[in-house]
Amino acid sequence: MPLAKRIIPCLDVTDGRVVKGVNFVGLRDAGDPVEIAKKYDDQGADELTFLDITASSDNRDLILHVIDAVASQVFIPLTVGGGVRKAEDVRRLLNAGADKVSINTTAVLNPDVVKEAADKFGSQAIVIAIDAKAVNADNTRWEVFTHGGRKATGLDAVEWAKRMQAYGAGEILLTSMDRDGTKIGFNLPLTCAVSDAVDIPVIASGGVGNLQHLVDGVLQGHADAVLAASIFHFGEYTVREAKEAMRAAGIEVRL
Amino acid sequence: MKIAIVDYGMGNLHSVTKAMELVAEGGAEVVLTADPAVVASADKVVFPGQGAMPDCMRHLEESGLKAEVLKAAEEKPFLGICVGAQLLFEESEEGNTKSLGVFKGRVIRFPQAKMIGAEGQKLKVPHMGWNEMFIVHDHPLWAGIPDGDRFYFVHSYHFAPAEDIAVIESAYPYRFAAAVARDNIFAIQCHPEKSHHAGLQLLKNFVNWNGQV
Repeated sequence: MPLAKRIIPCLDVTDGRVVKGVNFVGLRDAGDPVEIAKKYDDQGADELTFLDITASSDNRDLILHVIDAVASQVFIPLTVGGGVRKAEDVRRLLNAGADKVSINTTAVLNPDVVKEAADKFGSQAIVIAIDAKAVNADNTRWEVFTHGGRKATGLDAVEWAKRMQAYGAGEILLTSMDRDGTKIGFNLPLTCAVSDAVDIPVIASGGVGNLQHLVDGVLQGHADAVLAASIFHFGEYTVREAKEAMRAAGIEVRL
Repeated sequence: MKIAIVDYGMGNLHSVTKAMELVAEGGAEVVLTADPAVVASADKVVFPGQGAMPDCMRHLEESGLKAEVLKAAEEKPFLGICVGAQLLFEESEEGNTKSLGVFKGRVIRFPQAKMIGAEGQKLKVPHMGWNEMFIVHDHPLWAGIPDGDRFYFVHSYHFAPAEDIAVIESAYPYRFAAAVARDNIFAIQCHPEKSHHAGLQLLKNFVNWNGQV
């Protein structure tokens, strides 16, 4: 019996509260991070990812309190991303109780931060978040974007993933910008291309609208884990229902 | 009763501390410490570790905690976790690191040639996620944990014991020792502090353990 494929609910956090919205439009308060984390934990989530979307730098440290509170009550792995600029930021998040820290824009602007953080804290703690968008109509080549998807980098997503592995990344969180918010499913060719190109685990993200999409992400996209936000936040499905659907499709899960 | 969690500067000890405090339920004092005297005065010792093995070994030596850790491993209920568990072996392939030698055997990397799944697919390293734990020998710390329950792993190297100390095995894709034990020592590769109910049960069993098998 092999290693289980993971289901990871993703929570957007701003100013210390969980928010939900569609494409960052109409964000509304969705509640207390600890309560929401516990709910997903009870449903059988394998890990949780927190994305800090706090706009004001004055309130950046609030995420540390959120992580500290969640990590004191929820005993599954926690990943935190958003606003990581230097290795010291990684240290502060880990000390607050995060198990892994995801790095996105900074990895592109200053890849040595990835190397430094992996050396200091171990590859297991370093997740590289890649936001990728197709650059041709065939959906066979993808470019990396930064700054929340606003800036093109000219980097090829598959080559970038390989390079980040060489720099010491322990995992890749791969988001398809073409699919994010569309609810039509993961970009499977992208997911498959990246996952097959690297030896480290790849988390598929962006586009999940139903449970079959999660199944497809694993079976066709070769993802090691699947991340979703809205299908869980708006109560369409529980994590348990998602796992049952994956198991019914022959995927090994932790139930 | 005092349980010392050894802090030699390697890794995230927040979760293991919080988890131990939760399961101790006030019945034991849980102390995160870098002070050899506190380790010496503790009734039980938790020895965690994260990151690269050479760094862990160097930090342990520079911290001045090595002698007390070795002493605790001889006489007190002792729980090694992740790299803390790996350090108990003689050496590791990771940076060809000489380690504490409490257990006979080495720590080896998952060999690339063997990382092929049942359907011929490539298996990723690190071995990251929830995998099954199979009981090889009964142990008091595994009381109340069903055979085949899943724990959270994240590692690229695993124990290759040269003595008969494996109590729990996992498979990726081949069977490997996921937990080893001898007398007062229990050492586990995965992360009980991140393994939900089953992991907390293990930690609770450690709180209640008299160090005998």
